[in-house]
Amino acid sequence: MTSEAVDPVEAVGHIAPASDAGFLQRFGATIEYILIPGAALAGALVVFGIFVALFGKNPFDLYFYMYRGAFGTWFSWQNTLTRAAPLILTALCTALPAQLGMVIIGGEGALLIGALSATSAALVMPSAPPLAVQLAMAAAGMIGGGLWIMLTGALRQYRGVNETISSLLLVYIALAILNHLVEGPMRDPASLNKPSTREIGAANMIGSIPGTEVHWGLVFGLIAATVSYILIYHTTFGFAVRVAGGNIRAAKIVGLSVGKLVLTICFLAGACAGLSGMVEVAAVQGRTNANLAAGYGFTGILVAFLARQNPLAVIPVAVLIGGIGASGGLLQRRLGLPDASVLVLQGIIFVFVLASDALYGRIGFLKGR
Amino acid sequence: MADAGIGLWTVPLAVIGGAIRVSTPFLFVSLGECITERSGRINLGLEGTLVMGAMSAYGISYFSGSPWIGVLSAGITGALLGALHAGICSLPRVNDVAVGIALMLFGTGLAFFLGKPLIEPTAPRLPAIDFGWWSDIPQVKAALRVNVLFLFGVALAPVLYWAFRATRWGLLIRTTGESSDAARAMGHSVLLIRLRATMVGGFLAGIGGSFLSLFYPGSWNEGLSSGQGITAVALVIFARWDPMLCLWASLAFGGAAALGPALQSVGVTFGYHLFNAAPYFLTLAIMIITCSPKRMLTGAPAELSITR
Repeated sequence: MTSEAVDPVEAVGHIAPASDAGFLQRFGATIEYILIPGAALAGALVVFGIFVALFGKNPFDLYFYMYRGAFGTWFSWQNTLTRAAPLILTALCTALPAQLGMVIIGGEGALLIGALSATSAALVMPSAPPLAVQLAMAAAGMIGGGLWIMLTGALRQYRGVNETISSLLLVYIALAILNHLVEGPMRDPASLNKPSTREIGAANMIGSIPGTEVHWGLVFGLIAATVSYILIYHTTFGFAVRVAGGNIRAAKIVGLSVGKLVLTICFLAGACAGLSGMVEVAAVQGRTNANLAAGYGFTGILVAFLARQNPLAVIPVAVLIGGIGASGGLLQRRLGLPDASVLVLQGIIFVFVLASDALYGRIGFLKGR
Repeated sequence: MADAGIGLWTVPLAVIGGAIRVSTPFLFVSLGECITERSGRINLGLEGTLVMGAMSAYGISYFSGSPWIGVLSAGITGALLGALHAGICSLPRVNDVAVGIALMLFGTGLAFFLGKPLIEPTAPRLPAIDFGWWSDIPQVKAALRVNVLFLFGVALAPVLYWAFRATRWGLLIRTTGESSDAARAMGHSVLLIRLRATMVGGFLAGIGGSFLSLFYPGSWNEGLSSGQGITAVALVIFARWDPMLCLWASLAFGGAAALGPALQSVGVTFGYHLFNAAPYFLTLAIMIITCSPKRMLTGAPAELSITR
C-alpha cells in the first residue's frame, strides 16, 4: 500500500543482474539512495531561499546562518546533536512499522505517554538509588510508549482500523491525558504558572556525555537505530517482517504469523518513541508538563521518510534535521525570521523528498544497469 | 434570575449549540474530503489546509475589511494546496498518504510563519443569524446564534448527495474512484479528474478553516485547530463516503466537542481536558465499531489506498 513497501523489492531488482558486476551495477542503487534525497534536499533549500527572499531577506545570509547555527561551532554542534537524539528515536517509530508497509505517524503520542510513564516510575520510588530509578524510568517509558503504538497495531490487525489515522488520533488523546494528569492528579502544587508534575530529582537526571553538553539520549538513539538495523536486515525476524511488508499474501502462505509481527514491530516502534519521552524528562525537563509536546514526534516522521525508512540512515538524517532546528534561534535573532520558518523548511523538504520518489530508476547515467 | 432557572439545562443546551457551532469546520472538511476520496485519492493534508484557510481568511478579512472576501481567499488557498497535493501525487510511484502528511506539516508551518503578525489585530468577523429571538434566556439565544456558513454547509450536503447520484460529474468522480481503468477507457484523464476533485476538496476545507478564525473561536492563533482536519478525514470513513451521513456525523462531533466547555460553564472542572478530547475518543470508538478486518468497508471507493 505504500511506496516504501515496494522499495526492498526494487532494490533487489536493481542489484540482481550481477553477472559482470561493474561499479554502477554494484553500487547504483546505493548511489541513487544518496543522490536523490540529496538533490531533493538541495531543491528544498533553494525554494526556501526564494521564499525568504520574498520577505526581503538575503538567502545567502540565510544559508550562512543556517550553517553557523547548525554545524558552525562546537556549541551549535552540541545543540544539533541534542536535538538529533529524540529525532532518531521518534523516527524509528515511523521507520520500523514502515518495514511492514504500515504508515504510523503517532510518535508524538508515544513520546508523551513514555514521558508520563517514566515520570510516574521515578515519583513512586523516591528513595531508591539513582541507577535503579533511571533503569525503571527507561523501562517504564519504553513499555508505556510501546503499548501505546501496539494499540494502533492491534486495531489495524484485529479491527482493520487504518493505522495512520488512529495513530494520529491517539496523539491528541495522549495530549489530553497528559494535560489532565499534569493539571489534576499528578500536579505539583508548587507549579503555579506552568502546571507540572513534581520533579524527578537532580540525582536521577541522566546527565551529559562527559566533555560535552550533549545528553546520553544521543547514545540511546544510536544504540536503538543500530539494533533496529540489525534486527530488520540481519535476523530471521527481520526477514519475516520484510517478507510480510513486501507481500502479505506470500507471508501468510509460508505460514508467518502476521499478527505477531505487527504487534511486535509496533511495540518496538512505540518503545523507541517512549524512550525519547523518558530522555526528554530525565535529561532535559526533569518533570512532565506540556513543554514535552514540542513536535519531536512529528519531525521524526519527516526524518524517517527522508531516510527512506532505513533505521541506520535515520542517524545522519536526524543530525541534519536537528541542525535545521538548532539554527532556528539564530535565524530568529539575526534575520528576524519567525520561529515557524523551521517548520516551513521542514515542510518543503518533506514535499520535495516525496516528489523525488518518482526519480528512482530514471537517472540517465545510472540507467545502463 | 433567569439563569439560575435553567441550571443544569445549560449543558444539553450548550451541546446543541455546540453541535451547530463547532460542527461547521468538520462539515466542510468532511464534505470536501468526501469528494476527493470518491475520486480514489485520500488527502490527509486537509489539517494543514484548514489551518492555512483560517490564517488566510483572517489576514484577508483584516486587510480588506470584508470577512466574505476572507472566506473566498481561504477557499482559494485551500484549492491551491489541493492542487499541490494532486500535482505531487500524479507523479509516478508517489504515495498519497505520505504526501498528505507532508502537506499537513507544510500547511501548518506556513500558516504559523505567515500568521505571526496576525495574532494581535482583530479582523471583521462573519455575521450570524439569531434564531433565538423568541427566547429571553441568554443561553438559548447563544445556542441559536447560527452562522451563515453553517447553513451553506447543511445545504451543501444534500446537493452533493444528489450530485454524486445524478450528475455527469458525480458519476465521473465515482467511476474514477471505483476503477481508474474504466474512466480511462471512457476517454477521461484520471489525473485531471482527481486534480479537480482534490482542488474542490481543498476549497471546502479552506472555507472550513475560515469559520475557525472568523466566527468560532473567532481569532487567529497557533492553537486554533488541534486535529479537527484529521478528525474530519476519519469521519468520512465512517460516514461511508455519503455526504448526508457526513452531515449527521459532523453534528455529533460538534456536540461532543462542546461537552468539555459546557461542563466547565456549570462548574464541572474535573476532566476538562479529557472531555475536550471527546471527539477523538468518539472517532476512534466509531472506527473500531464500524471497521472490520475481514471485508472491505461498504461504500468504499475501490481505488482508495487507505481501505485496500
